Amino acid sequence: MEISPALLFNAIIAGLLLGGFYAAVSVGISISFGMLDVVNIAHPGFIILGSYIAYIVNSQYGFDPILISLALSPLFFLLGMALYRVYYLCFEKRGQESLRGLAFFFGILFITEVVLILVFGVDYRTVKSVYAETTLRLGVLDFPLRLVVPFLVSVAMVVGIQLFLTHTFFGRAVLAVAQDPLALRLMGVNPVRIKQFAFALSIATAGIAGAFLIVIQPVEPSIGREYIGLVFAVCVLGGMGSIWGTLLAAFVLGLAESFTSTFFGPSWAPAVSFGLLLATLAFRPSGLFGR
Amino acid sequence: MSNRLFAVVAIAIALAIAAASQLIANEYFFSAAYTVLLYVILATAWNILGGYTGYVNFGSAAFFAIGAYTTVALFYAFKLPLLVTVPAGTAVAGLAGLGLGYLTLRLRGVFFAIASLAFAVVLFTFVVNWDFVGGARGAYVLQPSEVPFGLPRYIHLLYSVMVLMAALALVVARAIEKSAIGRGLAAIRDDELAAESAGVPTLKLKIFSATVSGALMGMAGTTFPYYLSYIEPSSAFSLSYSVNSIAMPLIGGMMSWMGPLIGAVLLGTVQQLVQVTISSAWNLLIVGVLLVLFVTLAPNGIMGWVEAWRQRRHR
Repeated sequence: MEISPALLFNAIIAGLLLGGFYAAVSVGISISFGMLDVVNIAHPGFIILGSYIAYIVNSQYGFDPILISLALSPLFFLLGMALYRVYYLCFEKRGQESLRGLAFFFGILFITEVVLILVFGVDYRTVKSVYAETTLRLGVLDFPLRLVVPFLVSVAMVVGIQLFLTHTFFGRAVLAVAQDPLALRLMGVNPVRIKQFAFALSIATAGIAGAFLIVIQPVEPSIGREYIGLVFAVCVLGGMGSIWGTLLAAFVLGLAESFTSTFFGPSWAPAVSFGLLLATLAFRPSGLFGR
Repeated sequence: MSNRLFAVVAIAIALAIAAASQLIANEYFFSAAYTVLLYVILATAWNILGGYTGYVNFGSAAFFAIGAYTTVALFYAFKLPLLVTVPAGTAVAGLAGLGLGYLTLRLRGVFFAIASLAFAVVLFTFVVNWDFVGGARGAYVLQPSEVPFGLPRYIHLLYSVMVLMAALALVVARAIEKSAIGRGLAAIRDDELAAESAGVPTLKLKIFSATVSGALMGMAGTTFPYYLSYIEPSSAFSLSYSVNSIAMPLIGGMMSWMGPLIGAVLLGTVQQLVQVTISSAWNLLIVGVLLVLFVTLAPNGIMGWVEAWRQRRHR
């Protein structure tokens, strides 16, 4: 196959733009799974929930989907707090998180998907925004704004989370929980409260990422599953709980997927993230950038 | 009861059930019972790795589909009958369990769980792009027009095969549970580090249990293409197989072979009824809600209640 430079460059740009979005999708898992050791398999379910909430408000009032998600992120935060409460009381406190906790989150994922199907059906939903149809052109290079806007907000969000974690008292407390919860307890801090806060933050990012998703592509309830492999692949590839690692791994994955769908066809794209995840787990479980 | 005696009794009961049900005139019974039996096998197989060993497999559907698509591939390539494709599908799925286990069971249990999910998606994508077995369009596998043993319809044969397979799965699960292997697996479940230090060959046992579990799931899938005469990737890889094979042991109880059986028969029957009377989306919702309710409120399932009741009576 003849590969023209324009095709190659556009694949790179699409991959990078997609990677920025993937960072937003996965940063929540890097917090909950990477730092807090809470294996939230249901994370993609909350992303799809975010997409549908953005869709409802957008189709009713016509507000911008990403602004809606930012405004409503406190709701997701509260949802995350409640979910962690249940998880803590039922599993973590009793030391049963490994098997039953996993099954619990799997059930939650399944319930969100089925409820969305029951309410909205399996049709694809889209949102309207002022930038959805516009594409900037620089010579042969395409910059579709429906990818550029989520990319910018997403990278800002991930960088913001990293700054928050390293530069504020509460953020450092979260990092401390990730490193050594026992030591934190000895300092007289309650790790459960901090974990609850951090978990809630991770669910809030899922809600926002959901709005990005529905700006980028049409959404139906069951596409959440495709993101399970992606979020864990990014988290593991980035070295469990490192936010910069997450950002880099997300770009790697975005590029890999973009190249696969450009050169082999889009039907192979879902296998990329899961394949990379399998390969990473099998051969380098500490991740590309792990210690 | 010794393993051999249990095996004889189980097979005898299975044959009796299979023979007696031929008197049932209602055709719907056979296809409903086929599905319930399918879940009995899947749940029992899942429990060997999940309940006995403590490793969660989210990819039951993948192993099931391996069995189903082995049948399709062998049927398309050589026109092989069910008698050959059943052991072949079982073996291929067992090998897949062995491979996945070898690659990921050295890591923490969480990683195995995620890898099993990833495995299902990779395999799904592979099958969608594999034109020989129909790709995304699906494939037709026509039921043979002649039915052996003088049975009236092919579904009667499939149903009887499933009854026998379910009995076989239960025999295998019980044999593992009562053996030294089963005690080793229980040690891994309770404290892997302690088990390893006490000299339990943890990795070997985990891989063994993943292989057996995968093989039994594949076995359940081998008859599936004949059941509908048509198979397509999204029905063979349906998430509902994965969810059900986790929910059923959790609801029944994971500590013994009886738990998955009770869970599968109960939940499977309820789903068949709901599917007929309400709709299939609702029956999936019921499974999800029951899974979450049981796992939070009754972590030891129905068998856990029975156990507690027995202990109270003894006191």
